[in-house]
Amino acid sequence: MLKKYNINAQIIFLTVVLMIIPFFFENDFYYEIAILSMLNALIVIGLNLLMGYAGQVSLGHGAFAGLGAYISVVLSTTYGLNPLLSIFISVTIMALLSFLISKPILKLKGHYLAMATLGIGIIISIVLEVEEEFTGGSDGMSVDSFVVFGYEFSDSTAWYVLCAVLLVFTIWAFENLINSPFGRLLRSIHDSEKAANSVGIDVSYYKSIVFVISVVIATIAGSLYAFFSGFISPQEASFSHSIELVVMVVLGGLGRVYGALFGAVILTVLPQLLTSFEDYETLVFGCIIIAVMIFMPKGIASLFDNILKKKEQNSASS
Amino acid sequence: MLQVSSVTKQFGGLKAVDELSFNVKKGTIHSIIGPNGAGKTTLVNMITGVYKVDSGTVFLDGGDITNLATNKLVHRGICRTFQHLEICGNLTVIENVMLGFDKYMDKNILRSCFRAKSILEDEKRYLKRGMHLLDLIGLADFANKEAKNLSYGILKKLEIIRALATTPELMLLDEPVAGLNPKETEEVSELIQTVVADEVTVLLVEHDMKMIMKISDHITVMNFGKKLAEGTPKDVVNNEEVIKAYLGSGALSGR
Ligand SMILES: Nc1ncnc2c1ncn2[C@@H]1O[C@H](COP(=O)(O)OP(=O)(O)OP(=O)(O)O)[C@@H](O)[C@H]1O
Ligand SMILES: [Mg+2]
Repeated sequence: MLKKYNINAQIIFLTVVLMIIPFFFENDFYYEIAILSMLNALIVIGLNLLMGYAGQVSLGHGAFAGLGAYISVVLSTTYGLNPLLSIFISVTIMALLSFLISKPILKLKGHYLAMATLGIGIIISIVLEVEEEFTGGSDGMSVDSFVVFGYEFSDSTAWYVLCAVLLVFTIWAFENLINSPFGRLLRSIHDSEKAANSVGIDVSYYKSIVFVISVVIATIAGSLYAFFSGFISPQEASFSHSIELVVMVVLGGLGRVYGALFGAVILTVLPQLLTSFEDYETLVFGCIIIAVMIFMPKGIASLFDNILKKKEQNSASS
Repeated sequence: MLQVSSVTKQFGGLKAVDELSFNVKKGTIHSIIGPNGAGKTTLVNMITGVYKVDSGTVFLDGGDITNLATNKLVHRGICRTFQHLEICGNLTVIENVMLGFDKYMDKNILRSCFRAKSILEDEKRYLKRGMHLLDLIGLADFANKEAKNLSYGILKKLEIIRALATTPELMLLDEPVAGLNPKETEEVSELIQTVVADEVTVLLVEHDMKMIMKISDHITVMNFGKKLAEGTPKDVVNNEEVIKAYLGSGALSGR
């Protein structure tokens, strides 16, 4: 259903925030964290479409992002293709691949689907580690710089702008998608596949489509991260990265585009803030996550939902 | 319009539906009755492709639709409701209805992402039609309520409205008034009659004998997966076999 409040207003707000933030950046490291946050946010927004809206869990998206990134990197760095073309080819390959595997695995539900995606993820990361000839094995490989139409993305500001534009655009497009008949169809699959089926929706087709969309976004973000950092290792495709992404989705709030953004930013920034705790960093980090899940089981985005609701009630009563 | 010929479905050793045949005439209310476990829901599930038939055929207007998937059947003009509610709880009432219009709506991903005119127009047009449908059964006031917060009776009606939104030629209703109070039963009963007046054919599975006797044009009685009797409501109540089958369960007096 078309939302009453304006999507465009949110987008303008987000754009302004993204423009202001860099004024508070003291050095390149801040940029690095911001860029990593935004790229994670992109993957998480895609994953949220699959998990939060269509209700299909995936424990393999870190691996998909990693594999997509590797394909881009190998094409551009090893075979000397133009980076943009490499990403394009990688996206095409990953889209086809994910469509093929989605058919059998999305027949599974709940824990079984989680196990299947987990298994595929682990296979991917093993392959990346073993195929040293192409991937440099567990040592990883360095990545040529990102040159687009003769312009080389060398300084952090350029990367920041690129990622910010991509993020704002993606959020805008996804908000529109969610609030269209397509979005309603996804949410119906989440609630009752039987109901969706009974009104003529080809449930398995749409599940596949959403899976493909989420993998494509992961591929793009993963590839950009490899080009940005100038280095890639199988760590990118590891199980822990996949889990991290799922935690971002859940922490931010399932089924909310902005939830994905909050989840990604907080989980990327928080570990940096906690480094002062030194040995206890992971412990504190874990406790914070547990606390959020206990007090905000619907994720951080629910905070904002409540504020919006109160506002609505106030304006209704006055 | 619908020809079911000797369909059979077996679960392990149990023949839930056994060589059952019957025809549904266009524009009529054709009821299927029978004691609990007679195989009525299984029959509906076979016609709508939820279960594959073990043997037998189903034809719609002369075209073979045996084992065609539920979602494909919707595009052929067949829609069903469920004995146990299948409502999307996190969607609002009107969203559930608009889901019924899904097959008419533009779902192109790029156009959706860019909020193309066709998307906005579809939403507007079908929102209006959806509200109109809700008006038919007095649910318009609940349009923007999340379905999961509403009463069973309302959701039961909502499911029929959602099925209607697919503009079916044949509707299969599996116990549409089970659990409803007499007033709600009357409303649903009237709705079904209105729908049939609009040239929709209805295959009705019900236990409510009062309603069945009142609105059915034709009744097929099932017992243990087999056809026990068939005919007009009058024929059926006077049929000795039927009386015998029902005496045990006491259902003829209306459940
Ligand atoms: N999926 C299944 N697996 C095994 N047995 C089943 C299955 N579905 C139905 N049955 C059995 O088939 C028989 C017919 O069941 P069905 O649900 O079709 O009856 P019904 O006429 O709809 O009954 P009710 O009036 O209680 O809804 C029952 O004995 C039931 O236990
Ligand atoms: Mg039944």
